[in-house]
Amino acid sequence: MGMKALLGLARFMAPFAAAAAAGTVLSSAGAVNMYWVQIFQLACITAVSALGLNVIYGFTGLFSLGHAAFYGIGAYGAALLMKTGGGESQAFFLASLLAGGAGAALIAWLVGLSTLRLTSDYLGIATLGFGIIMKVVFDNADAFLPQLGGARGMTGIPKMTGVAWAVMFLGAFLFAARNLVHSSYGRALVAIREDEVAAGAAGIDTFRYKLAGFVVGCSFAGVAGGLYAHLYAFLHPSNFDFFKSVDVLMIVVLGGLGNMSGTLVASFGWIFLLEGLRVALPPDYIELRWVLIPVLLVVTMLRRPQGLFGIREFRFLRDASE
Amino acid sequence: MDYFLQQVVNGLQLGFVYALIALGYTMVYGIVRLINFAHGDVFMVGAFIGLYAIEGARLPLAAVFLLAICGCALLAVAMERIAYRPLRNAPRIASLITAIGVSLFLEYFTSLRQVFGPNFYPFPRPFAISAWEFRNFAITNIQAIIFTVTLCCLVLLQFVVRKTRLGRAMRAVSHDHVTAGLMGVNVDLTISVTFGLGAALAGVGGVLYGFAYPQVNTFMGVMPGLKAFTAAVLGGIGSIPGAVLGGLIMGQSETLTSAYLSSTYRDGIAFLILILVLLLRPTGILGTQRTEKV
Repeated sequence: MGMKALLGLARFMAPFAAAAAAGTVLSSAGAVNMYWVQIFQLACITAVSALGLNVIYGFTGLFSLGHAAFYGIGAYGAALLMKTGGGESQAFFLASLLAGGAGAALIAWLVGLSTLRLTSDYLGIATLGFGIIMKVVFDNADAFLPQLGGARGMTGIPKMTGVAWAVMFLGAFLFAARNLVHSSYGRALVAIREDEVAAGAAGIDTFRYKLAGFVVGCSFAGVAGGLYAHLYAFLHPSNFDFFKSVDVLMIVVLGGLGNMSGTLVASFGWIFLLEGLRVALPPDYIELRWVLIPVLLVVTMLRRPQGLFGIREFRFLRDASE
Repeated sequence: MDYFLQQVVNGLQLGFVYALIALGYTMVYGIVRLINFAHGDVFMVGAFIGLYAIEGARLPLAAVFLLAICGCALLAVAMERIAYRPLRNAPRIASLITAIGVSLFLEYFTSLRQVFGPNFYPFPRPFAISAWEFRNFAITNIQAIIFTVTLCCLVLLQFVVRKTRLGRAMRAVSHDHVTAGLMGVNVDLTISVTFGLGAALAGVGGVLYGFAYPQVNTFMGVMPGLKAFTAAVLGGIGSIPGAVLGGLIMGQSETLTSAYLSSTYRDGIAFLILILVLLLRPTGILGTQRTEKV
């Protein structure tokens, strides 16, 4: 990495570092409600995972309905490492997160090798099937590794994720996604999304690029899963089922396919809407939460089928060389 | 009695119900290229209509089916009109997301205390269970009803699709809805009817499912819906015989996995089969160009 790139990274990360510092100080001073701090971290983590799906679906055009499976692989992987060998070490935590991401990437590579020859909806169904298979694996995981807890859920995970980790990882992955998308590799991915045959004719090895896009996006989910595991210190297979894959998909589509700013805003909007309604609705009407959300979802889609943001990006997510 | 053969018969029971649901997915997908995620919830509404018709109104069996058919068809037509039709020319993912929204809405709205309620409710059987014992296996009267009703529905559907004006319109719209419109086919009406027809089959399936597995809940449509959709893809989406074949395969794989391995693995095996089939035949078993689409 050259001097200029390092400078770019530092410039990009500075506001995130400031936000992380401010968040840490505020939450350790008890100035903010810890419940909302936790929700804020969940929103950052969800945004990282959703950015991954945006790389896969929004930029490369690969319809994936199994994103939560890779989130789960990262979560269980990182949690297992920390539980068995990490103690409370921050460095080991970072390593576990990266290992979780690498694990998710490896599985994604294997899945992608076999399924990425399928097109559009068929790929969606194959990834949906993979997601359900992984849920079955998580449910029965205690049969081969008792520490994973299986259907009873995994406990004994140290609570390591803090505001600083969540915000810094969000910043780092936004940086990675922005640079990927605006690189020649990213252009190739977008070309494949627009027209795979034409992209191939223009000399792009479409299968290799699709595989790369899929693996990179799933690694985002893997790291996010590790952060999630160490935020709540409890994992259950139902945290990674089909509905969770659908949640991320809704975020990406609501924000606008191929739009990072949209994914960012939709992640925070989605998580805070879910929790906000929990607080805003009177206790007797709490069941209305999931009646209102789908209505809102349908109305939003009918009004803005292209997503909330269209093609406009925040300034810091535009091409750095422009 | 032969254990294997008996399991196969039980698998047929489940497979026929999956086939009934799968037909709705395949017809709707064939005509508007939409994975109608709310279809499993239409099936659930059918089961609840059956529950109320039997328990509340004590209607005869034929009237129960008729009511479920009409209720589900109306629901699906309304759904199409409100949530899918405005998005017909939008990117396909937009209507997929609205389908998910409609599905969530139906599940949670009906689970309100004022609607169907959040609990599991026992499904009343209006007749006593009996079984005919053969040399190697037994068939219950419930299974006999499921086989007969499903086969009647299939014959009727094949007749509608192949022999009637409406069926011709459906095939034309599925092939190319712009051109079909130019040729004088009422595209909107044809699509509405397709949704209604698919939902009617799901309504029948819901009542039959209630007989066979007598417990209903507003989330009961989720897994059967996903599996029936998988069945439709497995058989080759858009193909009517394919949906039936896929449903039967899903039913067998699930029942046999539960019988010989463990019921915790049954969903995994079913989807493993799906992925393997897709790898070998990327458009499903019967999904070739020859297949007619509805």
